[in-house]
Formats: sequence, structure tokens, C-alpha cells
Amino acid sequence: MKVLVPIKRVIDFNVRVQLKRDNSGVQTDGVKMSVNPFDEIAVEEALRLREKGIATEVVAVSIGTADVQQQLRTALAMGADRAIQVDFNEETQPLHVARLLKAVVERESAELVILGKQAIDDDANQTGQMLAALLGWPQATFASAVGIEGGKATVTREVDAGLETLELDLPAVITTDLRLNEPRFVKMPDIMKAKKKPLDVVPAADLGVEAPPRLETLGFAAPEKRSGGRKVANVAELVEALKEKGLL
Amino acid sequence: MVERDIMEYDVVVVGAGPAGLAFAIRLKQQQADVNVCVLEKGSEVGANILSGCVLQPDALDELWPEWRDSPPAICVPARKDEFLLLTRSGRIRLPTPPQQNNHGNFIISLGSLCQRLAERAESLGVDVFPGFPAAAPLIEDDRVVGVRCGDMGVEKDGSPGPNYAPGVDIRAKLVVLAEGSRGSMAKQVINRFGLDAGREPQTYALGFKELWQLPEGRVQPGLIQHSLGWPLNSDTYGGSFLYHLDDDRVYVGYIVGLDYRHPGLQPFEAFQQFKHHPHVKRLLEGGEIISAGARTIVKGGIQSLPALEAPGVILVGDAAGTLNFAKIKGVHMAIRSGMLAADHFAANGTGEGFDAAWRASDSAKELHKVRNMAPGFKKGLWFGLANAAFETLTGGRSPWTLKHGKADWQKLERMAEAGEVPQALGPRELPPKDRLASVYFAATSHDENQPAHLKVHDTSICIERCTVEYGNPCERFCPAGVYEIVETDGEKRLQINAANCVHCKACDIKDPYAIITWTTPEGGSGPNYQNL
Repeated sequence: MKVLVPIKRVIDFNVRVQLKRDNSGVQTDGVKMSVNPFDEIAVEEALRLREKGIATEVVAVSIGTADVQQQLRTALAMGADRAIQVDFNEETQPLHVARLLKAVVERESAELVILGKQAIDDDANQTGQMLAALLGWPQATFASAVGIEGGKATVTREVDAGLETLELDLPAVITTDLRLNEPRFVKMPDIMKAKKKPLDVVPAADLGVEAPPRLETLGFAAPEKRSGGRKVANVAELVEALKEKGLL
Repeated sequence: MVERDIMEYDVVVVGAGPAGLAFAIRLKQQQADVNVCVLEKGSEVGANILSGCVLQPDALDELWPEWRDSPPAICVPARKDEFLLLTRSGRIRLPTPPQQNNHGNFIISLGSLCQRLAERAESLGVDVFPGFPAAAPLIEDDRVVGVRCGDMGVEKDGSPGPNYAPGVDIRAKLVVLAEGSRGSMAKQVINRFGLDAGREPQTYALGFKELWQLPEGRVQPGLIQHSLGWPLNSDTYGGSFLYHLDDDRVYVGYIVGLDYRHPGLQPFEAFQQFKHHPHVKRLLEGGEIISAGARTIVKGGIQSLPALEAPGVILVGDAAGTLNFAKIKGVHMAIRSGMLAADHFAANGTGEGFDAAWRASDSAKELHKVRNMAPGFKKGLWFGLANAAFETLTGGRSPWTLKHGKADWQKLERMAEAGEVPQALGPRELPPKDRLASVYFAATSHDENQPAHLKVHDTSICIERCTVEYGNPCERFCPAGVYEIVETDGEKRLQINAANCVHCKACDIKDPYAIITWTTPEGGSGPNYQNL
């Protein structure tokens, strides 16, 4: 079974995100970029399926400029067999990404797609769901455990009420939650091997996908600064302070 | 027995800073078929790098004449120098020392320059590995034969966790130590081979730096201001820098000599107080910090320089101590030492003889000329300035070489005898409000589940002796608030907040019993500096 793992290049989670000076977007110059952490979990899960003998090939795919090759190389160093860069030079929106991924799934005849539940930059949480709908495949989102046997996937999801377990017919789309696994450390010899693994570049135009932007960004703004707290001496003062703020 | 991967290279370089990358680039330029790798402990190249930094570009021009075509993210030509003596509310212009004339130089982000250099190195076929710290030298028959990288995924108690990955052993004909000031590998190698025998002790300073975004129209791009004086008194060596950048940004920073004597001194507070000098506060008010951090600076000069080689290993750049403190510049010296080492290895196939080659070079002459500048300040600011003026006039031809005396950690006086703290402390409003807030701007990160990488060999000393004798100065000199004496159930103990560490190495240098050892944490840990 071939597993496709879409990954997104995002600002590293350790970076303090800042706006450009003219508020036209987020500052990315000189900023560390990484694989979206949820997607890294997806790569790890696919690799574990391969190590269990369930998956035969793990293919990582990313959409963007040549910059995304850096993240694809990380996936290859973790252990993915091949990588595909869908060369695309514009802003990516979930529906367009889902359509491009559908085309890649069909080209590759993948039987399982595992991807992060959301990217930590726009937090859209839409691509996996849209992809499943476009493919007409079953989906299990927010997976915290995945088992595959006899053409079926058993997926545990974390929901408000506790744990929910779903059974899906393959092929299927699974999106990963934080607790699914802990991604492995990349080893130095594997970084060297990754440099030699195949990385194909496919122009987005070749995939025959039309998707005019559906979303328009109206503006960017930094979160409002929090003003410092203050200590009160007793309950009476607290009540007074709350009244002052119109909270009581 | 842990099974480790073994990789072989002709040369392994420790540290992707200016010295190490210059070495790798130059060697590949000379010998395209040589296998070189560069190990970097930070999560990416530049993540752990912090420097002033006014670059004297001659060495870089020679290494990579096209560097201006893809300049660092911050790169502003120097336009004007000002050298100031601060008093509480005023400032006095002093003549700019000729060593600090920056005409033709560039204010840059060294972290960003190193990213460019790493790309250049990779394009020449160098393997650059960010996220892989070299933890210890591999030594066989009194010869360094490689390095062992740090293990990943070790639990707090030292046992292997579920994702445990033993560090790889890299074997090489030559190990090049290019870790910068107080390198943890260099320290091991210097001690193991006695490379500092017969030299003056090495001495350091602690530097702080912040990048600020200011309201429009306040900066004069290219203006370089250095100051001495307030808020430190004239016994303690320290000074500020203020570099005006483009796009309404400034670098503001402060340097305190780690040879200070008073255990109550708070270097971080000296920096923050300096920012509240009326002339500085006026500039910064209403702006915001983009990033911040701290790093020690090696300042002992040529009399403290250890032997630069031992069998199988050489030291370059600030790991050796080639910085020119009279110029407050180390990058051109680091690049030059890396290039010279590469030339030496290309010609001889070994590091043997590198020490003599460096000592016969122009770099050694440059350091010799300024050897008496920094030690003059141990007698206070006024003597230091007069001595520096004399040394400048005579071009360093005085027949004597001033000594540093004791190592920085031996210079602290007992709390009871130290008298008043030699620094002004007043109210302050500008961010960051404390060291923890400052660490936030360093974006430092360490997996909390790993063993503390700061090893205190005998914590009983901290409570039983240090509290009484020196009042636990670790609580004050650490720029990240890593060390805290806490009390639980009436008992005091040392708490090490290792996750806050910004890898400056001040604790390894200054603790008065020399019981703190800075070791490499899990790869990819530490600060994530942006444009510092």
C-alpha cells in the first residue's frame, strides 16, 4: 500500500511571529522555517506503517516554491522513500491545495493519505476534509491512534466526550492529532542518504487544476498587548476593582 | 554497549560560525575532492549566534568576493563613529580611538551572514549539519581522531527514552574546533593536552544585545555609538554599543568584563540601566524589541592564546581566542584564522605546524600590537583609557606585555569585603522587565525532559560555602536566570532552570569555585536568534 503524506512549510513553532512593518503580512525574512509539526507526526505514522509491513512506499508531497524542498528533504531524512514538490509560486488556500493533492493522489494511485489536522500558520483545519470529499473517500480526523488490517483502518479520535473509535474502508484520508506519536530524531547518515533520494518537481499547471482564490485576506493585526495584572489586598478591594471595570 | 553509527570525513569542523565556515569554504576552494563536514549545535545555522557586529570586510572579501551580491539580512554601511563617556544624565564626546574607526565597515547580523556562508559552503560540497552538537573528542593513543555527537532522546534521569538516538561518531584526519568563545570541546581539548600551559589565563566579557524596531524617523542609519562609564563605576570594565540600522531599527547592547570583582554586580541590570540614560531612553521609548540575547566574548588577546594545535586537532577563531578586543571585533580575525588553517591543511595534509603558521601571520601581529590595551582596564577606567592612548601612540611597541593576573572566576572578592556594588540601579520602564522576559525574545528552547546540560559538580558548595562567601553570584551573572537558590521546607538548594539557557557560557567562566561545566544539550536546543 502506498501512503501519501502532504507536508507544509511553516514558520518554526519556536519563532516569535511578527508582522511586516506595513502590516501586509507575517515577517518571514530570516525566519526559521520547519515542517508543520502535525505533518511531521503524519510522516512518522506513515513510516511506522511501513516498518510494520503495512505500507510499501511512503511519498511526501509539498506545494510551493523550491524552498519547500528543504522540508521535503527532512521528510526523506526521517525515512520517506520519495518526495514530490508541486511547484507553485502563489498563496496557497485550502481548497486549491486539496484539489492539487487530489491530482497527486490519482497520479500516484495512493491508497492512504495521512496529513496534519491543521497547519500551525493559518490553523485552517480544512485541507484533509476537503481532500476526502473531493476524492469521495472516508475520512478520520484528529487521529490519536491508527491501526490498519484487512483493507480497513481503525482510527481513535480525541473528542470532547472522550475517545471515539471509527472503522473506515480504505482508501481513506486520516488527519493527525498531537498525541498520535512522537516523531523520531533525524540521524546524520540518513540526512546523507536523503540527499540521494528522488525528489520530483511537478509544475502545478501540469496537474490541470483550476481554483480561483476563494478567500480574501482583509488585513493582519498583532494581538492586543495585555496590560499587567495588579495585586489586591483583600476581598473588598477586589470587589471594588471588578466594579470599576464594570465586571460586577 | 551502545551501538553508534560511524561516519568518516577528511575534516570535521565543530561550529558553523565565521571561523568554521571560512575554513570549510577555503578548503573546498583549494581542494574540491576533500570531504568536510560542519557540525552545528543550534537548530539552524545562526540560531545560536550573537555578535555586535561591525564587520571589517577585508577577510570576507578575500574569502568570498561576491558576498555583497547576497548580503546578510541586516547589512548597513558604517557612516559615523561616536565614542562617548556617560555620566548619570550627560555625555561627553571623546576622540574616537583609531582602532574603532569604522570607515568602510558594515553593521551586520552575524547570524544572518553565517547562514549565507553556510549556503556558500554547501554549494561547494560541504556537509553542514545543524542540530548536531559535538559533545566530546574521540581520543586514541593521545591523538584526537574525531568527535562524538551528543545523544538525542535521553530522559531526565539519563536513561534512553523511546526515541533515543545515540550520537554518531565522526572520524576524521583533522578536527577543527570553531565553537566560539569558551567552546565546550575546546575547553576539554585545552585541558587534556595542556594547551594553555605557560600562558596567561584567558579572560572574557559578557555581551548583551537587543534588536529594536523604533518609531519612524529616529535612527541615523550607519551611526555607530560606543560608550563607557555610567551605570558602572570606574572600577568595573563595561561599555555600550548602539548601532543605527535601516528601516527604523537599532542594535543596542552592553558589554561587562567578566573580570569584575564584586559578587553583587548584576551585568544584565547594567545593560538595562544603560538603556535608561536620557539620551538612549529618548531613542528607544515607544519602540519594541524584536529579538535579544547574550553571549560571552573572549578578550585575553595574544598573551592568553593557547597553543592552537594538539595531535589531530586545531583551534580557530574565538574558540582559540583570536578576537581583537581593542577593535571590539572578532569576525575578521575568525575568518582569517579559518582561512589560514585551511591553507595549512591543504598544503600539508595535517594540522601540525598550524600554531607556528598562525603566529607568523599578520593576525598575530595585529593582536601583538594591541596586547596591552585590555589588561590596562584592570586598574580601572581612567588608567585603562590613558594606557590605551599611550599604546595607540606607540603602536604597541612598548617593551612590556601587561598580564591579566588571575582567571575571571578567581577575581571575585568575598561579599563581606567587596564594599558597595559598583553600579547604579534605578527605576526602569523599558522592556524587558526582567531576565525571563528577555529570554522570551531569545526564543530559547530545550526539551524539558532531558538531563540538565549545566553540570554543577558539587552543589553542597553552593549552599554551604558560596551563599556565605560570595552570596551566590550565579543568580546575578547568568543573563537568563538559569540559577536560582530556592528554599523548600526550610532548606536551601540550587535549582537549575536549564531550559532558559542561552548558551552564553558565563557560568562556566565566572562561578567562583569553577564547579559549573557547560555541556552540550540535545541537538537543536538553545536560542533561536533572529537577525542578531
